[in-house]
Amino acid sequence: MHDQTLTGLAAALAAGEFSSRELTEHLLARIERHDGALNSFITVTGEQALAAADAADAARARGEAGPLTGLPLALKDIFCTRGVKTSCGSRMLDNFDAPYDASVVEKLAAAGTLSLGKTNMDEFAMGSSNENSFYGAVKNPWDLGAVPGGSSGGSAAAVAAGLVPAALGTDTGGSIRQPAAFCGITGLKPTYGRVSRYGMIAYASSLDQAGPMARTAEDCAHLLGAIAGHDLRDSTSVARGVPDYTEGLEAPLSGLKIGLPREYFGDGLSAEVERAVREAIRVYESLGATVREVSLPHTHYAIPAYYVIAPAEASSNLSRFDGVRFGHRCENPTDLIDLYKRSRGEGFGEEVKRRILIGTHTLSEGFFDAYYKQAQKVRRLIRQDFLDAFEEVDVLMGPASPTPAFDLGANKDPVSMYLQDIYTIAVNLAGIPGISVPAGFAGGRPVGLQILGTHFAEAQLLNVAHQFQQATDWHLRRPDLAEETA
Amino acid sequence: MQWETVIGLEVHVQLATRSKIFSGASTAFGAEPNTQACAVDLGLPGVLPVLNEQAVAMAVQFGLGIHAEIPELSVFDRKNYFYPDLPKGYQTSQMYEPIVGPGEVEILLDDGESKRIRVHHAHLEEDAGKSLHEDFHGMTGIDLNRAGTPLLEIVSEPDMRSAKEAAAYLKAIHSIVTYLGISDGNMAEGSMRCDVNVSVRPKGQDAFGTRAEIKNVNSFRFVERAIEFEVERQIELLEDGGTVVQETRLYDPEADETRSMRTKEEANDYRYFPCPDLLPVVLDQAYVDHLRGQLPELPAAKRERFQSELGLSAYDAGVLSASRAMAEYFERVHAVCGDAKQAANWVQGELSGALNREGLAIVDSPVSADQLGGLVARVKDDTINGKAAKQVFQALWHGEGDSADAIIEAKGLKQVTDTGAIEAMIDQVIADSPAQVAQYRDAEPDKRGKMIGYFVGQVMKASRGTANPQQVNALLKEKLDALC
Repeated sequence: MHDQTLTGLAAALAAGEFSSRELTEHLLARIERHDGALNSFITVTGEQALAAADAADAARARGEAGPLTGLPLALKDIFCTRGVKTSCGSRMLDNFDAPYDASVVEKLAAAGTLSLGKTNMDEFAMGSSNENSFYGAVKNPWDLGAVPGGSSGGSAAAVAAGLVPAALGTDTGGSIRQPAAFCGITGLKPTYGRVSRYGMIAYASSLDQAGPMARTAEDCAHLLGAIAGHDLRDSTSVARGVPDYTEGLEAPLSGLKIGLPREYFGDGLSAEVERAVREAIRVYESLGATVREVSLPHTHYAIPAYYVIAPAEASSNLSRFDGVRFGHRCENPTDLIDLYKRSRGEGFGEEVKRRILIGTHTLSEGFFDAYYKQAQKVRRLIRQDFLDAFEEVDVLMGPASPTPAFDLGANKDPVSMYLQDIYTIAVNLAGIPGISVPAGFAGGRPVGLQILGTHFAEAQLLNVAHQFQQATDWHLRRPDLAEETA
Repeated sequence: MQWETVIGLEVHVQLATRSKIFSGASTAFGAEPNTQACAVDLGLPGVLPVLNEQAVAMAVQFGLGIHAEIPELSVFDRKNYFYPDLPKGYQTSQMYEPIVGPGEVEILLDDGESKRIRVHHAHLEEDAGKSLHEDFHGMTGIDLNRAGTPLLEIVSEPDMRSAKEAAAYLKAIHSIVTYLGISDGNMAEGSMRCDVNVSVRPKGQDAFGTRAEIKNVNSFRFVERAIEFEVERQIELLEDGGTVVQETRLYDPEADETRSMRTKEEANDYRYFPCPDLLPVVLDQAYVDHLRGQLPELPAAKRERFQSELGLSAYDAGVLSASRAMAEYFERVHAVCGDAKQAANWVQGELSGALNREGLAIVDSPVSADQLGGLVARVKDDTINGKAAKQVFQALWHGEGDSADAIIEAKGLKQVTDTGAIEAMIDQVIADSPAQVAQYRDAEPDKRGKMIGYFVGQVMKASRGTANPQQVNALLKEKLDALC
């Protein structure tokens, strides 16, 4: 049951092979059994899930089931869920039960899905390894000594381990695609504005985007269809119709023009990862695609630009966590400044504080022009790089990450951690969509192929990814949990 | 040394939108604390702002009202600072690309001259909540009802040269925003408040002196007094060989003085940057033109028209156009009675006097403009005389009748203009006053003018005030002189 795709489970539920309650009980039992070792969930909402499963089964009995009715999912703990702890991986919000549902949470519920709980993450989505969580690191189901990637590491690990068929993540600089790659699942970061950010706790508002993480591109297509669309509560969400993303999945790829960015195959790329990615590209050639090299000349400015813009926005977004209205408040503050200093000092972890400091600095008088404005200029150049490339080719392909999942504790230096996102970060700066699909292994750890398209080309990305998954079986491989966590 | 005062004002006008600038919560004043603050106003994790279109329209209308440039694009920025009543840790404002560009406001000075004050720009922003320091025993209460209320901040150039000019400017702004209906202009409830930048310099010097900013002054009178105090303080300081420090000061109306709040060194670095949650506001020409088409006639235009078309004095035109309510009332009275000067006299005289005595605003006047117009019409066509008119006004004020005509009829105040009737009353008075007639006859001819007053009074009394005084005068003179 737990090895099936979301699409497969939907068919089984529709055929009455098992009920939503049976499926939910089965998965809750798996979480119970395996998550002690994985630590992929912060909160498991078993009771609510079972109640929702019963409601879904009842709806199905009445003939009112939709395509996603009764399917269990998990939500990254960055999405506000009414009455359920929404911690964002931080001590700051350890005591915070959100009083409202995020737009995507509402949409998923309206589609009939149910949530098994809230998944672990790097604190406030700041991190690439999931080691920055107040609730402890998440382990990679393929190797408990390895990180699952981040910041949506809990969602990726839970899906890879078969604790849940699919989950929602968020991606600000690679936080869906990199953990999807590390855990051997499929993860889609939609175009900025495609999915509402209302109720998603902001890290860097101009970069954050929610997206599906699942076993297959087809599963992602179902979920994206459910969560995408204009939201009057999010001014940056785009008023544009939502297509049926499953419709074009089977379109053949003959004539597809693939570009390989020269800059994505340079220094720092692990030979094994490169081998897997080039092998995947040969598969595409066999499917009728043509391949050529392209250049994204400003790629090497992406990380510096990101680490100006994202912390700047974060420093402001995280100001509301001041101990006054919600979240952590220090004991016995002596005055207002003491309240601020200790509440924030105790509530935030080290990486969050680092980025708040960076952002505060880059926005300060005398530095704003040199850093923030300059970074915005770079951002426009990076976006233009992609637009130019998409004049020549349909999609871009390359590795999602320079290495496979690294060992827990291996990247102690923040800058070497930041460099993990070298292939994913520019995508957020440009606002374009990207998907990571399983494309083999390196040293026993999964490798992700990243496919990028122009703005709102999600349907095309899903088609391109799906066709790969019709020709390969990397996405069907499963880690052997019984042996490792029994 | 002769000193010159230089003043610039930042006026915060609360816009009269029904809901807040970035949320759907109500903006009504006076609700129980924190009952009008929704998730967005509380700055809960995950919430996002959505711009209130009405606030944009109001800001643009103001811009058009001061003949300002309306840029095609404006951008919201975040002003970052920590304060307990600032829920998000930043105020969403407009630092770099405001919604209203340079414009100008005409002010009227006491000598009847007018002066143009340039407006640097006006921008939209959200208000903060309120910190409540009473009733919480060593703690501070926070009321976020006001958080997110839309404000239009109007920033002038340093074009004012006296406290009076500053007050006149503030009144002009008040008049424009209330004319436009974009603010209730209620200063007591904080709908309009201003920060005053004051400096002094030796007369004839071009460079500005160091300025002090007086924060949050909330009445016309306080603006004048705060500036007067501050100017005196700065001049004294400079004449004693000291220097003015750039600082923020507070005006204390109780003590009638300004006090230092913080100096420039302690000033915050607000780390402004464009708000990534809001798209730039793009105003196309058609939208701006549409709003332009809806603008009412504004005070300056009205004042001009009252003089040129209605022949009112500059003073009368100024008073009657100062507020939209006053102007509308006057114009209605004029429309009904057809005499601008009499309408102006009644509105500024009898009506304003009665309103002031009762502390009423013109919109709350018990006498409607139609009623007053009806009354003035009867004065104009000589149906009643001035004395009776005051009686009729009092009766209308106290609700003793629906119209002047009804009251005139009921009280029999119709002026007697029938010469025969008046002559009969005169004959009776003369017959009843032999002693006075004898005095009159014996008096020198040039003294008689004064003595006639007695007879006029008697005749008016006999007519219960309804006789036409001019006729009574003329006929009396004729008859008495005939006796001499």
